[in-house]
Amino acid sequence: MGNDITLTIDGERVSVPEGTTLLEAAGKCGANVPTICYHEHCTSYGLCRLCVVEVEGQRVLAAACVAIAQSDMMISTASERVMRARKTILEMLDSAIDLSESPEIEDQLNAYGAEKERFPEGWKRDCEVIDDNPMFIRDYSQCILCWRCVQVCAEDAQYSYAINFSGRGHETSISTFYDQDLTSSSCVFCGQCVGVCPTGALKPKREWLLETGYAQHEIIELTQSKRRKKKRRQERPYQTG
Amino acid sequence: MEKERFYKQPDDQELLDIIAPFAVEGRPGLLPALHAAQEVYGWISESVAEAIGRALQVPLADVFGVIDFYTMLYSKPVGRTIVRVCADPSCSIAGAKEVLDSACEYLGVKPDETTEDGEWTIESTTCLGLCDHAPAALVGDSALASLDPDGVEQWLGLDAKRPTSVIDGDIRVLTRDCGGINPISLEVYRSRGGYLALLKACEEGAPGDVIKEVKDSGLVGRGGAAFPTGYKWESASGAVGQPKYVVCNADESEPGTFKDRVLMEDNPHQVLEGMLLAGYAIEAQKGYFYVRGEYSKAVEIISKAIDEARCAGFIGSNICGIGWDFDIEVRVGAGAYICGEETALFESIEGKRGFPRIKPPFPTTHGLFNKPTVVNNVETLCNIPMIIREGADQFRSYGTDKSPGPKLFCLSGDVMRPGLYEVPFGVTLRHMIEDLAGGVKGGALQAILVGGAAGAFATSEDLDVPLTFEDLRDANLPLGSGVLMVFNETRQIQKILSELAYFFAHESCGKCYPCQLGTQRQYEILDRVVRGTVKSGDKKRLLDVGWTMTDASLCGLGQTAATAVISAMDKWPDLIEE
Repeated sequence: MGNDITLTIDGERVSVPEGTTLLEAAGKCGANVPTICYHEHCTSYGLCRLCVVEVEGQRVLAAACVAIAQSDMMISTASERVMRARKTILEMLDSAIDLSESPEIEDQLNAYGAEKERFPEGWKRDCEVIDDNPMFIRDYSQCILCWRCVQVCAEDAQYSYAINFSGRGHETSISTFYDQDLTSSSCVFCGQCVGVCPTGALKPKREWLLETGYAQHEIIELTQSKRRKKKRRQERPYQTG
Repeated sequence: MEKERFYKQPDDQELLDIIAPFAVEGRPGLLPALHAAQEVYGWISESVAEAIGRALQVPLADVFGVIDFYTMLYSKPVGRTIVRVCADPSCSIAGAKEVLDSACEYLGVKPDETTEDGEWTIESTTCLGLCDHAPAALVGDSALASLDPDGVEQWLGLDAKRPTSVIDGDIRVLTRDCGGINPISLEVYRSRGGYLALLKACEEGAPGDVIKEVKDSGLVGRGGAAFPTGYKWESASGAVGQPKYVVCNADESEPGTFKDRVLMEDNPHQVLEGMLLAGYAIEAQKGYFYVRGEYSKAVEIISKAIDEARCAGFIGSNICGIGWDFDIEVRVGAGAYICGEETALFESIEGKRGFPRIKPPFPTTHGLFNKPTVVNNVETLCNIPMIIREGADQFRSYGTDKSPGPKLFCLSGDVMRPGLYEVPFGVTLRHMIEDLAGGVKGGALQAILVGGAAGAFATSEDLDVPLTFEDLRDANLPLGSGVLMVFNETRQIQKILSELAYFFAHESCGKCYPCQLGTQRQYEILDRVVRGTVKSGDKKRLLDVGWTMTDASLCGLGQTAATAVISAMDKWPDLIEE
């Protein structure tokens, strides 16, 4: 396999195999590089930029989750520019999105000295909860656009392609074809999107109903009445071949 | 479903006939298929989108994602004619708001609304590349110049001035044959030495010789990034992978920029010859000519020129009889500034949302369809025929040692003669504004936005800066796409900044957080500045947002979205009073 290369991270010399990302390299020497959108089982796209680090000689900061370690790089994981970027990104995120059910991001806000409400009167991406199926709800006012749900629904896992994006810029949102109900889409309700969602944007319906104040028996009725998979199977046994 | 009263209901067979030519292409046929369907039905209904997705085998959610990304594709009914009034600074200071307001009043609708009879939809849009004809608008496909708010009825009926190129300058190399009423035909182009460079390259030179000549010329990209063209070609030429592609980036959308439109509309064969030489140099077989959707006249002219050149044997199979095949396909954008970013442009050709890719890898090794690709701006390619025909030394006889060659500048705003000016690198800002453009109009000079929306401000103190890469760098001014937007003393810089900020918020693709969130927050703060409702701490907020976008954004859009704002705050420390 490939050779090891050596670089310097926060003054410490580190040797890593060729092709290692800066995020992995930083992890190896114990440097703390925060992430939001990164998920080890999803393709990294360098979206949140919280993992930016300063590479000596480079004009802009590098997203550690996608930047590949090169021989003799001099990396600073907590320079002034890095810290300003992380703090401001977190503050802007807080100004646009309901983070009340995202304790990990709230912890990061605290860790980087980010002020809550730093951007008064900022346009918040408020929207109604979408309750269009018996399995899970979608609350895009909590969506941080980490793309994980879109990725696992597509090539990263399920190849269902039920969801993609609508709008662009600050108005970007996760969306089905013409905002149809998920039940009309190619969604197979595998639940992988709910599993990788880092906020409360995708939530099992039972959990949501419980929080909303429904009683146990009502919840069972609301979620199970439409779950007729078992019955369907009895009516139409699996055909093979 | 409102609009279907005015457009016919999609008939299944007819729809399939419209889609069929694109179906074989699969996903890369998506944008052309959507354009073709919208041309017939006026907008793209769910059923039309579904048919396209099924025929091209693109997931339906992705089809909608693409439609909703581009501002010129409509997933809801719109009027038969769409009126797009430019709102960016050059048009704005010339009275674009009054033009928009009076058109809205005349039609009885607000911006983004459709008249009850389904005839008109009116929009306020970002730069249309008609800054030398401010205030400007598109009515349907027709570009209209110098609009009068009092003559709405006339200009909605297309009774208005059409943009005719105003071209001048100290030299006329790239623009030698520009400025006529009609585009230069193949016959005329050839009579003036056109395609001699291609013939010369094919007959005498090996592809490596063409690359060497371009390297020796010192030509750097004219789209804004100023990357050495010859090195780019050399890298793609040496890259492993087949086929290789040449892409002409004609997605010119930077506010204040209109040079590529003039070059395409007036002398289409020049850029095509440049593209052919690029194809020959890297031994490519296919070229894509990506033109922004707002430039329908340029699309028509370039398409016609490609047909002419194909008939004459300069494009197609066995070009110049040397057994080399190269074809050029025109691709039309659909309203997205970000698609001028080279990797976003590839995504767009591939039938996806215009999200920029992570670099590295770079286009020369992993470009369009992940293959080695050379992507060059229109003006860059227009330099190539002359370099090959007359040699690198002749090219270097213009300009300075470090900034060789001719350069086009787009002058707009408060000057007596807005237009396209060609000069050798090295003339001063003063010469451009006072001698060529006839001086400042309507008051003393306050500021010049140099480089475009992503540029920086110069003042009268900077008038003697020579326009070269090296001198501008020392003066902290970017050359960008060659924009010089002039503002007299009566203009409110804060308002200009807020318009630029709106532009970036509107055009951010939304992929990375700093730009997706930062362009909006930047606009909100600057809007407060204009409205006089500045909050305590806004100055610091603006700088934190600006530097975060500059340092941490994924692509050039976000990295330069605050350049003009930061430059203005540096130039005029009291610009924002808390």
